[in-house]
Amino acid sequence: MRMVKMRMVNMTDNTKTAVRLLGTAVFMFAFGFLLVPLYDVLCAVTGFNGKTAGQYVSEKAPEIDKDRWVTVQFITNNNAGMPAEFRPKQRSMRVHPGEVNTAEFFVRNPFARTITAQAVPSVSPFHAASYLHKTECFCFEQQQLAEGEALDMPLRFIVDNELPADVTTLTLSYTLFNVSQEALAVAR
Amino acid sequence: MITEHPHDSHGPDKGLMRWVVTTNHKDIGTLYLWFSFLMFLTGGVMALIIRSELFQPGLQLVQPEFFNQMTTMHGLIMVFGAVMPAFVGLANWLIPMMVGAPDMAMPRMNNFSFWILPFAFGLLLSSLFMEGGAPNFGWTFYAPLSTDFGPPSTTFFIFGVHMMGISSIMGSINIIVTILNLRAPGMTLMKMPLFVWTWLITAYLLIAVMPVLAGVVTMMLMDIHFNTAFFSAGGGGDPVLFQHIFWFFGHPEVYIMILPAFGVVSAIIPTFARKRLFGYESMVYATSSIAFLSFIVWAHHMFTVGIPIAGELYFMYATMLIAVPTGVKVFNWVATMWQGSMTFETPMLFAIAFVVLFTIGGLSGLMLSIVPADFQYHDTYFVVAHFHYVLVPGSVFSVMAAVYYWLPKWTGNMYDEALGKTHFWLSFIGINITFFPQHFSGLAGMPRRIPDYALQFADFNMISSCGAFLFGFSQLLFLFIIIKTIRGGEKATEQVWEGAHGLEWTLPSPAPYHTFATPPSDLNDAHG
Amino acid sequence: MRRANPIPWSAGLVMLLGGNAAMADWAVNMTQGVTEISRQVYDLHMIIFILCVVIGIVVFGAMMVSMILHRKSRGAVPATFHENTKLEYLWTVIPIVILVVMALPATSTLQDMYDAGESDIDIEVRGIQWKWQYTYLNDDPAKEVRFVSSLSTPRDEIENRATKNEFYLKEVDEPMVIPINKRVRFLITSEDVIHAWWVPAFAVKKDAIPGFIHESWTIVDEPGIYRGQCAELCGKDHGFMPIEVHAVSEEDYEIWLAEKQEAARVVYETIGKEWTFEELMATGETVYQQSCAACHQLNGEGIPPVFPSLKGQGLAVGPIAAHTDIILNGKAGTAMQAFGTQLNPAQLAAVITYERNAWGNNLGDHIQPSRINEILSGGAQ
Repeated sequence: MRMVKMRMVNMTDNTKTAVRLLGTAVFMFAFGFLLVPLYDVLCAVTGFNGKTAGQYVSEKAPEIDKDRWVTVQFITNNNAGMPAEFRPKQRSMRVHPGEVNTAEFFVRNPFARTITAQAVPSVSPFHAASYLHKTECFCFEQQQLAEGEALDMPLRFIVDNELPADVTTLTLSYTLFNVSQEALAVAR
Repeated sequence: MITEHPHDSHGPDKGLMRWVVTTNHKDIGTLYLWFSFLMFLTGGVMALIIRSELFQPGLQLVQPEFFNQMTTMHGLIMVFGAVMPAFVGLANWLIPMMVGAPDMAMPRMNNFSFWILPFAFGLLLSSLFMEGGAPNFGWTFYAPLSTDFGPPSTTFFIFGVHMMGISSIMGSINIIVTILNLRAPGMTLMKMPLFVWTWLITAYLLIAVMPVLAGVVTMMLMDIHFNTAFFSAGGGGDPVLFQHIFWFFGHPEVYIMILPAFGVVSAIIPTFARKRLFGYESMVYATSSIAFLSFIVWAHHMFTVGIPIAGELYFMYATMLIAVPTGVKVFNWVATMWQGSMTFETPMLFAIAFVVLFTIGGLSGLMLSIVPADFQYHDTYFVVAHFHYVLVPGSVFSVMAAVYYWLPKWTGNMYDEALGKTHFWLSFIGINITFFPQHFSGLAGMPRRIPDYALQFADFNMISSCGAFLFGFSQLLFLFIIIKTIRGGEKATEQVWEGAHGLEWTLPSPAPYHTFATPPSDLNDAHG
Repeated sequence: MRRANPIPWSAGLVMLLGGNAAMADWAVNMTQGVTEISRQVYDLHMIIFILCVVIGIVVFGAMMVSMILHRKSRGAVPATFHENTKLEYLWTVIPIVILVVMALPATSTLQDMYDAGESDIDIEVRGIQWKWQYTYLNDDPAKEVRFVSSLSTPRDEIENRATKNEFYLKEVDEPMVIPINKRVRFLITSEDVIHAWWVPAFAVKKDAIPGFIHESWTIVDEPGIYRGQCAELCGKDHGFMPIEVHAVSEEDYEIWLAEKQEAARVVYETIGKEWTFEELMATGETVYQQSCAACHQLNGEGIPPVFPSLKGQGLAVGPIAAHTDIILNGKAGTAMQAFGTQLNPAQLAAVITYERNAWGNNLGDHIQPSRINEILSGGAQ
């Protein structure tokens, strides 16, 4: 009898432990998904992986460092499935930190239908990424291009005064993705 | 409501249904072990297809598309179908006996944990016959190759992974509850056999990371079918995020595949050296440190992905640090052997080979942790050599050692020692001929996952392929030995091995269907 | 009952690793490479390797001795010790010290690699299934050289119908050319999946991630031809997209660059002329072999359903506008890429013409480079 009683106590213990472990498993599943925004936050705060922040709004006009020159290089790329003509109108610009500059990009839709494009920026070297501020950029939203439409798209940017001294050239690349419905909906 | 069985004279049911409905840990252990052997042979055939194509430069046997399916499936089957279920099978057979419990804490869930697996792998293997073929993006299934460019079977692959994950999580919960709650009186945690300790820690690792794997394949599913963009930059996502999440699972996973092996070897060496395990406590702490560290080193699989220098340095230092507790374990095994009185039966041969060859694999791992050097090693055959050394003469040899060691207890018969030694030597020689040259082809510049290669890699590839066939066919001898032993042989005693300690060696051989209905009072010097 | 003795093994290894050039076929060691960084990497590799050999000798040596002396058949009686705190301290602390010592040169080399200095030449390296595209960035668009670099090993060699040449699978049609002693910066990205650009002689390996750029750099000391391969599984032909870099003197580089820029200019001018059917077919066949045959096969029959057959069926024998559209713009959601951004108008017109007339298709029609150019620069389809 005493044996049976011990076993029944163990059964409750067992269930309690099992439930706790199951809860841990569920938590870890949620944790996996939590890693997604965590990763984005870490990248935005640190500029890791060359990610630039969103639209830049500054409280006051920054001071222009007239003694320093920084070369900003522009590269464009088309992702597979996005054959639009997309190129920078200038390969590079020499700018002063603190100064507002405008660069232009040409895009043309060769399809006989409207497409929706998303430009994704990426900066190299990494530690320069958080010092490139975009006040106006076509990459902030998706762009709708009608059949045959061609556009000049502007990018207004400021290179921060605090840009590390060892950076004399930074490269900004835009990759153009086709995010039109039919491109996304192609069945596996 | 549990009823007592005051005597263990009633045996199992007869017939095939026994195996379907069994809740007996011994039966379930047997099921897991046979399943894993079947998967080992299946994955092995895929390896031989790979090595046949790589025997010479040029495309002779298979097309690159199919070759990629073989490398992918070989990895998935070996990791999830062979190594992990083998260790779960050992856990099932041994843990209740080692802690003096009558069975696992949740016998019905135990049955379910096993029976998910044939369905999961049936699904995975059936993808070979689907249109577009099986998954072909490597067992690490990086996005966007797997999300945007994968075959239609990718969805089934995801379902299969979910099922395997559920099986592992349930199995781990069972193991932890059993170990924490069902130990015989007097068996404190620090008196448990090390095999039980390593499984306790492994089970916690599984519960922590298998759900993360489930998360990442769910994200994949959503990217493929529901227009999300976790891993696509166009939608605001990032392919590198995939790698971070995957390896957050992936690195602890490789320790999941080796910690039970450490436990097996820690049981076998003391027996055949007739000397207690050296440094039991530090073995426990070392295993725990390894498990803890395994969570914070994942990006050493990603050194070339473009991580800022601070990140690279951190992961380099943390990874190098794992060498310390691992080294402690190796030294402890050697110290156990030292001034022992050794005999070299087959389990001991496999265990010693484990220590030597796993150490070689560990040392090449240390080389890989040096980031600037890793830029030359990453994604080459040097990495392939490293992980095959730790997994094959590592994990797989430990399973073989365990089978030889405990088979007399399970079947009541001694295996044929001469045949066992033959199997050992053929495997030992085969494994080294297969994988040692791969260090050189990697250093010489041969990348991974290629079906054809430049002429300068030809000689080592040919040697490696010969070794693979030797090793592969030697496993048929293993199968023969096991079946022969089940059917008969010299009768085994209770203790079987002169130097053996622990509760399982107080039971008759073969161990009765139900054991330890009442908990034992004498622990038979279980630890060490 | 002896274990294979590790001591002669490792001694033999150290001998083999002497970097003996005559043993190139049996090359067992990493290359020292031709840059300051690659030599540092090689040194790191050798240090850690020798360290590992020494550790191996010590540990396996102890095991060997024990297996010989401490065996029951020799009458050994087992000792009873099972712990020794001092010893355990030692073999925990000493490895930590060794690791710290090892980490110092590794950190220093990594810092050198991450040094973001001013470069002399910037090359964008773009991975595409299954080839590389190189763009020599230049502020003047007329002087910007861009070309695709594909495997040039003939399929006959791959399929064992011809003897394999010395550079089997490591040769390309258009190699990258860079000058020695100049800092070259690589801006690496991908058009589709993750690839990796790797040249062992430079110790440069960087993943090419779609949507992002990463940079790496090198300064090559010695002129020569350096070959590498893609180092990240990227699909079917991952093993067939090599890298070939020619490092030449500054003067030779300037000559090559000028030629390339001139060639680009000439291509654009040839768009203005009328090509003959034979010229289109001849050029078309070459383009097809290098850019299309990997998927659609030399005989045009493809590997259905993933790579459709072009022989007697499909868009290749239908209206020329649709055929042109798919070649220029690709087909989203499939492996068919937009070749309009990769090949020049002459190549495009040639390959379209070729496909419509090869393998018995014999449609008899063709399209001119000038028309392709028109479509690409603004005429709707």
